[in-house]
Amino acid sequence: MTLERSVADAPLLSTAQVVARGRVRRTARRRWVIAVLAALIVLGYIVSLLVGQTFYSPAEVIGVILGQDVPGASFTVGRLRLPRATLAVLAGLCFGMGGVTFQTMLRNPLASPDIIGISSGASAAAAFAIVTLSISGTAVSVLAIGAGLGVALLIYALSFKSGVLGTRLILIGIGIAAMLDSLTAYVLSRAAMWDLQEATRWLTGNLNGVSWAQTVPVLIALVVLAPVLLGQSRNLSMSQLGDDTASALGVRVERSRLILIIAAVGLIAFATAAAGPIAFVAFLAGPIAARIVGPGVSLLVPAALVGALLVLVGDFLGQFAFGTRMPVGVITGVLGAPYLIYLIIRTNRAGGSL
Amino acid sequence: MTTPTTLNPAASSVAIVRRPKRLRSLWLLVSLAVLAGLMLASVMIGSREVSWAEIMAALGGSIDGFGPAAVATRIPRTLLAVVAGAALALSGAVMQGVTRNPLADPGILGVNVGASLAVVCGMAYFGLTSASEMIWVAIVGAGATAVFVYTIGSLGRGGSTPLKLALAGAATSAALASFVTAVVLPRNDIAEGVRSWQIGGVGGATLESIRVVAPFLLVGLIVSLLSARSLNSLALGDDLAAGLGERVAIARAAAAIGAVVLCGAITAVAGPIGFVGLVVPHACRLIVGVDHRWLLPFSAVLGAALLTGADVLGRIVARPSEIDVGIITALIGAPFFIYIVRRRKVREL
Repeated sequence: MTLERSVADAPLLSTAQVVARGRVRRTARRRWVIAVLAALIVLGYIVSLLVGQTFYSPAEVIGVILGQDVPGASFTVGRLRLPRATLAVLAGLCFGMGGVTFQTMLRNPLASPDIIGISSGASAAAAFAIVTLSISGTAVSVLAIGAGLGVALLIYALSFKSGVLGTRLILIGIGIAAMLDSLTAYVLSRAAMWDLQEATRWLTGNLNGVSWAQTVPVLIALVVLAPVLLGQSRNLSMSQLGDDTASALGVRVERSRLILIIAAVGLIAFATAAAGPIAFVAFLAGPIAARIVGPGVSLLVPAALVGALLVLVGDFLGQFAFGTRMPVGVITGVLGAPYLIYLIIRTNRAGGSL
Repeated sequence: MTTPTTLNPAASSVAIVRRPKRLRSLWLLVSLAVLAGLMLASVMIGSREVSWAEIMAALGGSIDGFGPAAVATRIPRTLLAVVAGAALALSGAVMQGVTRNPLADPGILGVNVGASLAVVCGMAYFGLTSASEMIWVAIVGAGATAVFVYTIGSLGRGGSTPLKLALAGAATSAALASFVTAVVLPRNDIAEGVRSWQIGGVGGATLESIRVVAPFLLVGLIVSLLSARSLNSLALGDDLAAGLGERVAIARAAAAIGAVVLCGAITAVAGPIGFVGLVVPHACRLIVGVDHRWLLPFSAVLGAALLTGADVLGRIVARPSEIDVGIITALIGAPFFIYIVRRRKVREL
């Protein structure tokens, strides 16, 4: 469509020039989108630091960030709002990037980690560690990432039958997810006291009462794993052409797929261990980013930014928009549901990828 | 029955579809016996063992002492497990027939969560507490979800492939589940009721709740069993079924209503229990073949046996407490689901 229009605009250009111009335009658009999204995230981050039950002036907040002792603000902003907003951004980045990796790799927007069982694995392990084994901190993250990876590799192994196929992998993932969700429900039902707020963390994702201890591992995971994914982004876009074409173009398909899976699962598992499986963020970030950015460019960074924005805004709405404090996962779940259903209908009609 | 099949290829294919009648009757008897054994085990086994004498005393109406009292609470539980297993397996078998899709199951189609959402909304906004009102609400929720998931799962090329149906079901379940949380969370007053219902399983059964749900199950049972013949025609494809004189749309709708009533009513009293409807019909097809007139009753019996067995197992492994049947069936069912997916050719997915 874009191509046709530009041909009509400039009939004298050669095909190569048209393609080159298209690429320049798409790259420019992607840059713009990234800049705007980043600006929105910064804005949202600042707002969620300043605004709350009590409003603090920017000077006070900056004072807290610089380590000064500001009465009141030191606790509210330094201990409550700052780690919470930071984790919202970090978890959103992780979910967005991990989700879009799976969606692109499996060539199906519905095949996001929260549907094919990877978030369920991390979440079940984290719930088990915290509720049953009563451990906390980094050990939980380690267990969650172990379980997430284990589940991903199990799904991968089970769907291996003379090569892994997207469809089989998705279906097996759904089966595993059902099993793991019932395990999470079991663990929660065993808990001495049914604390609904705490339970929702492991069912839908919740940022209430997070501290730096939970935030730092996510930051480390992001710093380590995001570059790995970005380094693979070329192979990732090739894999959209199908395994045969991709390997003809020189991609070592199985190897690159394994790297992508491990890195993406790592991101998802660390974020899940800290904030729970925030519903639909991994799922929605990719398709929304694809809509904004347009076709033909890597979606990893835009999707990560969209994810961060979703979590940040969802958490802010959940805290203050309703009478009760809603966990962020409920907000993203309810807001995401209509889009999800629209997406299913569109995908089934067109049978296409992102 | 042992026709010289090597001479006549047509006869051999008939023999595959129609297992010998005597063999099928034998299997039915065996599974009935297994069911009876499991029911007995379900009454006897628990955190406290009971003796024959105590069971007899309890059946005679006495509740003196721990033994008979334990039996008195285990009897409704056993009954509900039998009824629920039969209803869910039957409903799964009918759904697989109606959709001609091997992965159709109340759990996979998201019907359980639909019923949950309807019940939770009923509790939160309309103050429903009585079991009979909840059954109606659950059936409506289950039906709406089933129609919705099936519709979006069958859009596009190729109709409802297993992949599209399973994805639509999983995605819809996830969406509805967050609505359930959004409804429950602000309402501390109903949270306890919802929680006990959601993980209730068959443990909290009373004779009263079984009595309330019985008429619905009876209707669902009759409708489902009556649709066996038309399901056989539908299995040949819509065109051929119409050619055989079947009114396809009506037959399909009737069978689907039967299935939805069964699983909606059971979800209302026992909470969401997954995978029974998926596993049992597949196992039964291996034993009695694909004729729905045999498959449906056989699924009901085997489903009852599976759920009763799962309930007993849940009480044995986690003594002195117990594991909810829904968790046991998920642990049994998910590997089976994976097995079915792996066995099929890629094109069929």
